[in-house]
Amino acid sequence: MPTLTRWFLRSALVYLVVSLLIGVMLAAPHGPTLDVLSPVHIHLFMVGWITQMIFGVAYWMFPRFSSEAPRRSERLGSVTYAGLVMRAIAEPMVTLRYATPWPAILVLSAVLQWLAALAFVVNTWARVKAR
Amino acid sequence: MPRLACWFIRASLAYLLAGFSLGAIMLALKATGHQGMAIRGLVPHVDFLLIGWTVQLTMGVAFWILPRLEGGVSRGAVAPAWLAFVLLNAGVLLVALASVQTLASAETMSSGRLVGRAAEVAAALAFAVHAWRRIRAASVDAQVR
Repeated sequence: MPTLTRWFLRSALVYLVVSLLIGVMLAAPHGPTLDVLSPVHIHLFMVGWITQMIFGVAYWMFPRFSSEAPRRSERLGSVTYAGLVMRAIAEPMVTLRYATPWPAILVLSAVLQWLAALAFVVNTWARVKAR
Repeated sequence: MPRLACWFIRASLAYLLAGFSLGAIMLALKATGHQGMAIRGLVPHVDFLLIGWTVQLTMGVAFWILPRLEGGVSRGAVAPAWLAFVLLNAGVLLVALASVQTLASAETMSSGRLVGRAAEVAAALAFAVHAWRRIRAASVDAQVR
């Protein structure tokens, strides 16, 4: 299993536990302040757990690009691993206290997550080929 | 990888990028204090990523790797799987287009979204028809051989 896949899969497991813990917090009696964690709960699950697990397994198991570069680009793969933690902190902070530097960090996290998707698509596209 | 799996997976990658692009725009709008505008993209954002990306990728990989029939030479009835591909993508696009139309006309529900959702259900059914026979114990495979 490639190193990048191990990072993806282990991080995905951490995100799963954290997102479900937030789910428990949201299910328990709580004040309205905690509701700002609702989008974080959904995105840690959908992006942190499901999407990251898919990225890791696809990077590992999809057909080889070539014998010289079986997984195409290691660098492109590494770019994919960024952005979500920044969002998880900045999104509730923007809702709770709209003040610098949180809006800027949130925009940066949006750009990083978009770049992650782009890098994954670019790296994977040519590995999806008919025999 | 069979041709249909390539179509499923490449389409799912396109939806991943479209969904993340929309999500990034929504997040940037939220960061700049335009929450009301950001929420308008929610329906296509969710549909692109849940149905267009994860469901479609799952169907593509399942079509590729589920056990084959007839001693490992056939993937069974392929037509329902192609139908699922067409219906799923038509459904996601209809839901997205209907959301844009709904925004323009300030309606809360549209027939386009309903038809799109129905197409997604039909796609799921068509794929289930295709995949059902391929989900089986290894011993059955050995008996066939």
